Amino acid sequence: MQRKKECVAMLLAGGQGSRLYALTNNIAKPAVAFGAKYRIIDFPLSNCINSGIDTVGVLTQYQPLELNEYIGNGQPWDLDRAFGGVHILSPYQGKKKSSWYEGTANAIYQNMRFMKRYNPDYVLILSGDHIYRMDYAAMLKAHKETGADCTIAAIEVPMKEASRFGILNTNPDGSIYEFEEKPKQPKSNLASMGIYIFTASKLFKYLEEDEANPDSSKDFGKDVLPAMLNAGEKMYSYLFKGYWKDVGTISALWEANMDLLGEKPVFDVGDSGWKIHSRNPLAPPEYIGDEAVVDNSMIALGCEIEGTVINSVLASNVVVEAGAVVKDSVIMAGTVIKAGAKVSYSIIDENVVVEDGACVGTDKEVKNAQIAVLGRQITIGSGAVVEGGKILDKDYKGE
Amino acid sequence: MASAVGVIFSNIHDEDIPELSRHRTMGSIPFGGRYRLIDFTLSNMVNSGITTVGLVTKHNYQSLLDHIGSGKDWDLARKDGGVILLAPYSDETDTPYTNRLEALKGITGFLTRRKEDYVVISDCDCVARLDIADIIRFHEEKQADITMVYHKGKVPMSSYYITLSPDETGRVQGMQITPKTDEDVDLYINIMVLKREFLLNIIRDAITRGLSSFGRDVLSHNLKSMRVFGYFFGGYYAGMDSLQTYYRKNMELLDKDVRDALFGARDIYTKVRDSAPSKYLDGAKVKDSLISDGCVIEGTVERCILFRGVRVGKGTVLKNSIVMQDTVIGANAELDCVITDKNVVIRDNMRLAGCESLPYFVMKGRML
Repeated sequence: MQRKKECVAMLLAGGQGSRLYALTNNIAKPAVAFGAKYRIIDFPLSNCINSGIDTVGVLTQYQPLELNEYIGNGQPWDLDRAFGGVHILSPYQGKKKSSWYEGTANAIYQNMRFMKRYNPDYVLILSGDHIYRMDYAAMLKAHKETGADCTIAAIEVPMKEASRFGILNTNPDGSIYEFEEKPKQPKSNLASMGIYIFTASKLFKYLEEDEANPDSSKDFGKDVLPAMLNAGEKMYSYLFKGYWKDVGTISALWEANMDLLGEKPVFDVGDSGWKIHSRNPLAPPEYIGDEAVVDNSMIALGCEIEGTVINSVLASNVVVEAGAVVKDSVIMAGTVIKAGAKVSYSIIDENVVVEDGACVGTDKEVKNAQIAVLGRQITIGSGAVVEGGKILDKDYKGE
Repeated sequence: MASAVGVIFSNIHDEDIPELSRHRTMGSIPFGGRYRLIDFTLSNMVNSGITTVGLVTKHNYQSLLDHIGSGKDWDLARKDGGVILLAPYSDETDTPYTNRLEALKGITGFLTRRKEDYVVISDCDCVARLDIADIIRFHEEKQADITMVYHKGKVPMSSYYITLSPDETGRVQGMQITPKTDEDVDLYINIMVLKREFLLNIIRDAITRGLSSFGRDVLSHNLKSMRVFGYFFGGYYAGMDSLQTYYRKNMELLDKDVRDALFGARDIYTKVRDSAPSKYLDGAKVKDSLISDGCVIEGTVERCILFRGVRVGKGTVLKNSIVMQDTVIGANAELDCVITDKNVVIRDNMRLAGCESLPYFVMKGRML
């Protein structure tokens, strides 16, 4: 008997993440740090293993070094398997031609051989830029029950925001009769989450056809899905209720971090029924000092806090010296906030030094504050002022 | 570094902290918020390039097995070597070992099969950051037969310990077993380096001659014929000889110098639990404390060590205490100088107090 996997997941992690600016200068978006100890890709990977899917292809092409190193052999997610497990799929040179991934559909098409190795009945397509907990097994069950060729996960969004999304128009039984990509006048508020389950044979057929079509932009949303619908294939929506956040922009990334805070957080990352796995920092417990004030915050291992931290998310080995104040901010691993410095409404990447007395971000409590962003490994000079909304990726000594 | 294999005694000194070793080996006693005692010794070995470690166990080793697993968290899941559990071996005529020499006798098979030049033998309750490669360099330089690591300090409360009298070259001229004194002594901290073949010879010889004590019969009686050297370790060292010492040594971690000495520069590995980062809620007041991952704090915490997954309810005041994994403390409780073992539940409004010299101890899994 040929060994097989019922369902193989393909995770599109090639996103450049250009709207995250300095945060994705050197790393792919799925490798961006989130929630004090996680990276964005921990969420889809953990969802996979928690849903019983143990074969995952991760498609990368933009700045893959850090992402590849992070995923490694997949052991932190229990995805180091003799048959299956997690595999990094980079574009490669073929005998006839070599090509970068051109669109989402082309990226999957180029890895047809990888999928076929597992002889799957179903293929799950995921993207690497969302924060959410989801049971893909329940979605697969629905896919089988409806006998669909393709099932698309969808979430209800506020009607006034619907024109920013790919909208699914469905019949009462959930079957889809129309797609509308960012419609001006949306007919429904059911937005596609970019999560698809295909019956494998259908996926392979339509990928071949799409590849042969010179006019196609080789994208799932724009080309493959409409082609299937036009051909009369059975397509269903799968309604997801729960937290789901696209963290593709600075403000969304900041908000998603803030959603973790509080006694009843918008998104509870500590909910142990569905553990989010990650690589863990090798660090001692965090130390909160004599004069420290820590309020409504999340703090990871290895931090040394002597100053004030309010409404903030601090990753491992962050130092906040005495007299420094960090408010409403996201601070990534290894960053040092020196004595008397003030940081508010900011996202500060790894290993940044904010020298004493420097001031980063607006300290006015305004709605939709413009988030200041400091890229990794830079130094903000003593007494320098970085205004709200500024994005820096080089050392800054002030005016 | 010359190749070396590690051997760790995980049950040694169990009787010194009966409260904590009732259900576990000395090696798996929780320490410093997210570690077990054995993590320090194991990490020292791994950081010095040792890739094979035998764990000598005797009883109560389920918690140790659970902690160590395949050894992957210490990078010790290896095809050749890695971490190897040496459970007691006994046939019908034999009983499990009662002393160190018998324990070593039980692992001659393991030692014979290995190919490394040296053996590093260590107890499991040595909280220190030691460079084992440097000890082996010293051993080679001195052309020693045996190198014993010592530090300067008071004698412990244990029922068995060894003090050394090294001369100016480091050669051990005298050795005392469990002397009573208030003076600072050169205390052997139960880490020893010797050639693997040399150790095997000692064990064989001891068996044929029916010797029973490694310290007395093998070491102290042969200081003339063997080149035994003392290696002085001047860094931070904590051994465990009682619950009071355990309490004090945990609290010393609140001192930055001690943390730097133990955790700086080199990594201390431990089992990974994938807990979420700790959350400090509105109203939390935390001062001078070490907090591990997975904690949720709503109350006041001062001068405490919190292990993973601890919850401190609203209005609760927790001071000078060590709270182990997954302990849940309700609202408006007051605890001072308390040690709770794992999975303890302290109900709302509860008041508990001990003192620094006699901390109040709550057993594993208790509900108060």
